[in-house]
Amino acid sequence: MLYEQFKARAEGVSAEVFKFATKAEALEHLIVFLRTEGLADTPQATALWAECSFLDGIDRDAVAVNAGLKFGVTRELAAHARFGISQMEWALADTGSLAQNSTAIEQRLVSSLSTIHIALVPTSGILPDMPTLLAKVHPGDCAYLAMITGPSRTADIERVLTIGVHGPERLVIIFVNELSGPPLPTSPRLGEEKTPSPSGGGLGRGKNGNDMGGNK
Amino acid sequence: MGNEFKESITKAVNNANLTGALGKFSEAYKVNRAKAYEGIDFEELRGRIADLKGYAAAHLDQLSDEFTRNAEAAGATVFRTKDPAKVREYILKIAQDNGVKTVIKSKSMATEEIHLNQYLEKAGIEVGETDLGEWIIQLAGQTPSHMVMPAIHMTKEEVSDLFSKEVNERLTSDIPRLVKVAREQLRPTFLAADMGISGGNIAVAETGSIVLMTNEGNARLVTSLPKIHIALVGIEKLIEKYADVATILKALPRSATAQLLTSYVSIITGPTPNSDGSMKDMHIILMDNRRSEMAADPKFKQALQCIRCASCLNVCPIFRLVGGHVFGKVYTGGIGTILTAWFDELKKSEDIQGLCIQCGACTDVCPGKIDIPELIMEIRRRLVQDQGLPLLQKTIYAVVNNRKLFHGMLRAASIAGKPFASGKFVRHLPLFLADLTDGRSLPAIAAEPFRDRFKKIKQPKLKEKAAFYAGCLIDFAYPEMGESLVKILNKGGIEVLFPEDQTCCGAPARYNGAYEVAASNAVDNIKALLREDVTYVVSACPTCTVALDREFITTFESLGQTEWIPQAKILAAKTVDLSTLVTKLVAEGRLTLKEGRKLGKITYHDSCHLKRTLKVSDQPRELLQKAGYEVTEMFECDTCCGMGGSYSMKLPEISAPILQRKLKNIKDTGAPLVAMDCPGCVMQIRGGIDQDGAAIQVRHTVELLAEQLEK
Repeated sequence: MLYEQFKARAEGVSAEVFKFATKAEALEHLIVFLRTEGLADTPQATALWAECSFLDGIDRDAVAVNAGLKFGVTRELAAHARFGISQMEWALADTGSLAQNSTAIEQRLVSSLSTIHIALVPTSGILPDMPTLLAKVHPGDCAYLAMITGPSRTADIERVLTIGVHGPERLVIIFVNELSGPPLPTSPRLGEEKTPSPSGGGLGRGKNGNDMGGNK
Repeated sequence: MGNEFKESITKAVNNANLTGALGKFSEAYKVNRAKAYEGIDFEELRGRIADLKGYAAAHLDQLSDEFTRNAEAAGATVFRTKDPAKVREYILKIAQDNGVKTVIKSKSMATEEIHLNQYLEKAGIEVGETDLGEWIIQLAGQTPSHMVMPAIHMTKEEVSDLFSKEVNERLTSDIPRLVKVAREQLRPTFLAADMGISGGNIAVAETGSIVLMTNEGNARLVTSLPKIHIALVGIEKLIEKYADVATILKALPRSATAQLLTSYVSIITGPTPNSDGSMKDMHIILMDNRRSEMAADPKFKQALQCIRCASCLNVCPIFRLVGGHVFGKVYTGGIGTILTAWFDELKKSEDIQGLCIQCGACTDVCPGKIDIPELIMEIRRRLVQDQGLPLLQKTIYAVVNNRKLFHGMLRAASIAGKPFASGKFVRHLPLFLADLTDGRSLPAIAAEPFRDRFKKIKQPKLKEKAAFYAGCLIDFAYPEMGESLVKILNKGGIEVLFPEDQTCCGAPARYNGAYEVAASNAVDNIKALLREDVTYVVSACPTCTVALDREFITTFESLGQTEWIPQAKILAAKTVDLSTLVTKLVAEGRLTLKEGRKLGKITYHDSCHLKRTLKVSDQPRELLQKAGYEVTEMFECDTCCGMGGSYSMKLPEISAPILQRKLKNIKDTGAPLVAMDCPGCVMQIRGGIDQDGAAIQVRHTVELLAEQLEK
């Protein structure tokens, strides 16, 4: 029911919505999609996959045989990637939006610099609406709460709706039933931990950031 | 009004690109907005927004303190100042301390308000707007013409010329291609920038968070790529509770662009790591710039309930004709007039406040429940208080304030007007007055005013009595409307009295800021209308009805005159408009319209004051239907006809095209007859139809109903 509502709303703003029972099926769909859309190890044809719980138990080397598919997000890689893959923890049925704790910049780089953003979402993460989300996610645990509704758009020239300005021109949403939802925050509250994370990790505000995608 | 201002209006209304784009948008907006709000109780929602924003406006200091505490606890640096100059200096200092060479910006009206770009550029810092519309106008060296759609006044051809110069390549006007060019051009700028500057749609005191919304995704890049992020936030963006973010986000995108949600929403609480692992340097500037003075003003504090959706621009019949540039360089439209008067200075609003025709279309859609027309009237009042009335107006009001002299002059005019009148109309006026009849014929002053004709009407002696308040137009131009009213009420068992001492309702004076004159008119009318013991005071002019029903009271209140308020309230309680009273009489079985007749097609024009102030729109339609007319709705039936009292005389260049649009909508229905409840609208529309030559009759509802009474 919530899924149907989400799908209708998200497609209403030009997102593409799929749903699979297992991670294996979702992965297969994803790889086929990337190949069909021209994945290659050349600039503007690569795919960059940000850390997420979907990858737990997945053999990354086996996935990376697809030339151009990379893990380990850097700003340079993100700037040249055609595809950005990330896991969004929540979906809002009444507006067709996705939501994520994007404190870790890697999550934002792949979803904002790429031409096609592919979002993996646990089906159990579908919430009715924004008030439910805000009741769940407190800024004390999430320095950068990002909501994404459809691809980047503008109507600034003659009020003509045009897709793909500064953000992705396509948003592909893949729900996965067996993907577990985000854990409820248990990490220190805002203000208790303010040590900047060490270089390379770039994962949010200290320990909080490591909860990105959960299951760690 | 200054000549320069008048010229800017003429230029705007003759700019086909501008009026075309705005006109198309305003039509689509109404439909799409309604769709976006489907299933939502807008009145309930805006009640909550008005409450929470009203609370915030009343607690600005407290919420600023709380915000500062929480944002700083989250690691941001908060700078608070009343002074725009300090804001500019602060930003420049951070830039210089950090060796910033280039800045990228996402859309921020607050930075426009303080002219930040020019300031930073003067100091040798390159500033790039990244919102597509803002970038376009930056390239064109212009200022935004709309708060949400800054480049709505430009065509794709103009944009392609600009972009062609920028990329040194001849581009076509293909919009998707132009958008792609913008993406490609701006991407390196994003990646290279040393500092990002954003505004803030909401600032949450409870958590120290700022909320940013965009469709293009530029705010995500502005807040993510550079190592320094500065958010400039006007303190009116503060709200108390985090949960209330959802309340505002429910309305803002729906009202702004008819979207359920913008493509991107970011709720940012303190700094986040950069891609090299260092922590972002995040500054939030809470800017006052007269907002707390506004909050302390009993009238204007409600303006802080604005969430900057610009829906007041989108539904404004004036804005869609003239666009934003006529309003000035920063804030535009209805709310913009108010913000300019405060954030800039009262004097700057002198010309633009005159653009408001007081139709109230904006009050229907404002998610902050701000009474924008009322606040614009208050600006007028204060301007008049500061500067006095122009001499010509002074002379006119001196006359209006003296009923005998005023009425004497109107009688004289019925003779003086003869040389120019043909039949019922004054077609041409000589010399500078000719503008008044441009596109519209004016009614000739009646040879015998209603007050004289009334004495000849033979009424039955009836127990229930109503005082008829005619208003100047019915009294002196359309006495036949008054006669129809008497006929209907008599049939319904009510005897009509006409208190002779009644005079102008004061609306013309009030709408020009001359509240003292309006108050004096109010006192004269209260005395005249309460002299006899009547059940109702009835009027067939909605503007007069609103004056009697509300504005006498608010005028006294504005002036701090309490003496007559109790009497004004008694009068208000008795006041009723014609259609509402007749509906009541029909419902009570006291009045019967001829049944079962087929009178053919009619269309109905809603008068601004009747529909939006008095909330009466079904009653006249149902009465006309009962009488045997088949009501066919016209497009934009409740859009202003462009009359607006003296507005049509002061700004004929705006009034005329609004009238033309109304005439087209009437003609498009194919109905041979158009009804309305306001003699002012009759004057405007009948005059327009006369010049147009269309075979359409323009009638007041009262006349049509009087013809269909059961004998």
